[in-house]
Amino acid sequence: MSKVLNKRNGIIAVLILSLLFPLAFSDNKYVLYIMTLAFIYIIAIYGMNILAGYTGQLSLAHAGFFAIGAYSVGVLTTKAGLNFWLALLLAVLITMGIGFALGIIALRTKEHFFAIYTLIAGYLIYLLIYKWEGLTGGVRGLIGIPIPNAIGPIKFESPIAMYYLVLLFLLLSIFVTVRIVYSLTGRTYNAIRNSEELAQTLGINTKINKLVSFVISVSFAGLAGGLYASLVRFIGPEIAGTTMVFTFLMYLIVGGIGTLAGPIIGTLLFIWLEQYLQSFQEHKMLIFGPILTLIVIFYPRGIVGAIQSLMGYFRTRKKESSKSYKTNSESTDMKSREV
Amino acid sequence: MELLLQQLFNGLTLGSVYILVAIGLTLVFGILHVPNFAHGALYLIGGYLTLMAMKGLGVHYFVAIIISMISVALIAILMERLVFNPLRNAPAIHDKIAAIGMVLFFDALVSLIWGNDYQRMITPYGDSVTIFGIATSYQRILVIVVAVVVVILLQLFLKKTMIGASIIAMAQNREGAFLVGINANAVAMMTFAISGALAAIAASISSPINLVFPAMGHIVILKAFVVVIIGGMGSVPGAIIGGLILGITESLGATYISNDYKDMIAFLLLIIIMTVRPKGLFAKGVY
Repeated sequence: MSKVLNKRNGIIAVLILSLLFPLAFSDNKYVLYIMTLAFIYIIAIYGMNILAGYTGQLSLAHAGFFAIGAYSVGVLTTKAGLNFWLALLLAVLITMGIGFALGIIALRTKEHFFAIYTLIAGYLIYLLIYKWEGLTGGVRGLIGIPIPNAIGPIKFESPIAMYYLVLLFLLLSIFVTVRIVYSLTGRTYNAIRNSEELAQTLGINTKINKLVSFVISVSFAGLAGGLYASLVRFIGPEIAGTTMVFTFLMYLIVGGIGTLAGPIIGTLLFIWLEQYLQSFQEHKMLIFGPILTLIVIFYPRGIVGAIQSLMGYFRTRKKESSKSYKTNSESTDMKSREV
Repeated sequence: MELLLQQLFNGLTLGSVYILVAIGLTLVFGILHVPNFAHGALYLIGGYLTLMAMKGLGVHYFVAIIISMISVALIAILMERLVFNPLRNAPAIHDKIAAIGMVLFFDALVSLIWGNDYQRMITPYGDSVTIFGIATSYQRILVIVVAVVVVILLQLFLKKTMIGASIIAMAQNREGAFLVGINANAVAMMTFAISGALAAIAASISSPINLVFPAMGHIVILKAFVVVIIGGMGSVPGAIIGGLILGITESLGATYISNDYKDMIAFLLLIIIMTVRPKGLFAKGVY
């Protein structure tokens, strides 16, 4: 039984589910659209997870970078008439460039100051987009962003095609995250998160590592923003707002910060909850806000963290009852891998 | 010259409100080393409670302010007990996220109970008046007077009373304060109560000028952070100086640079300051 239910098979099952999903809902464009949107958010939240979850730096400018990605694609396609793919590539590069510049300055500050600094930097990005009417259309936003150009025979007019396109980018993002997390770089980030002083003592250049983590993190946001622009085809300044970054943070925390499955679980849970609570839409935060606070107090590693500690508990109990002399080092090792 | 004087006076009014909000923020930071992101929510509730006490109960403006101060102080104490106290040993990132959860909750609560409309708070001090060639209203003068009185009373409280001294002691040295028998829980609750009451006063005196609406807390809290960082986290005199700098810069910037970009001036100021001094202008380097 436990052999069938192992992690690898679970991942394969989820992958197959996500591939088959459009076939089940091929006549329901709305469901596909919501799912595609959720995937885009997940990409952005993976970026947030790398920085906040694994490196321990809470950046509240993430929505700002999401908006920079979205507006780069929007402006480059509608005003400069560029091909979508080129615009998307440039959008990621622009986001990374701005992230690099901001990161150099922002990362000189620490902990609270970093959170406040990025919160205000994010708000500044929002104000800039809002006020710079010539470029961004101000409060009216940008309208008529084109769908991705066809690659040979593959066209992106149907929602199914968009779904698979975004899914591809999502899988790519997950792949990159997994590679980073299990690499020496990932371990380095963990060391910085757990104690920056200790990491420095071990000879880790925390400055460069934090900066690289920051740039990787914003590149995810830029990519997600670019995809968002061409999916929704209309963007307004509110995507850079504080509500947006707080929403991202909520999805991440409830799903499980510093875990690999957390962004997926948190985002899908909330996106579909919101669909069921549509009549309640305006007041949803009345419930979601306290959930966020309670989760941080009682389950700081979110749903995934809670499940992991529950599984770890059963595993140790099983071992104890079979009187195995193996200590629970294995299960603690699992935990430290932060899966 | 007259325009300059006029703008300096307006800056003083703006600064007075920032000072009251920022002192609350800086006191809490001094005690718990937590930037209370939910401080804007206290400001928001303070504004609405004053307005509702005046409209619903028909009481005088000053009575309404006192009702609002007491209620918000109680909410702040609850916040400390239920959220910040359980998180006092958690990693630094957690209390900020918990505070964000509360911001989302209170925003939604206010718009559920009182709606999303912009509401005017009509006070007996709306008439305009001209002093030394400066056109202003009694309300604006009241803002400055209230801020000065509150700041003086607060200083007396912190310097001359035992409870005030214990707050200062705990801000200066946590362990040392425990050693001489200061009750950490009582001090934390007291500090939150003061911080909430200050936010309520600030909202109540600025609302007649700026209207009451569900998003009123957002921009104020961001600016209070700017003030606190300029003045150094945890420092009350720093918050006063920071508030004046920000109020006057904004008011002059709005006149001489661009009114459209006046909110941006505050944030650019902060970005520049933190770029040069990552811990703020007057930081003591303790935290």
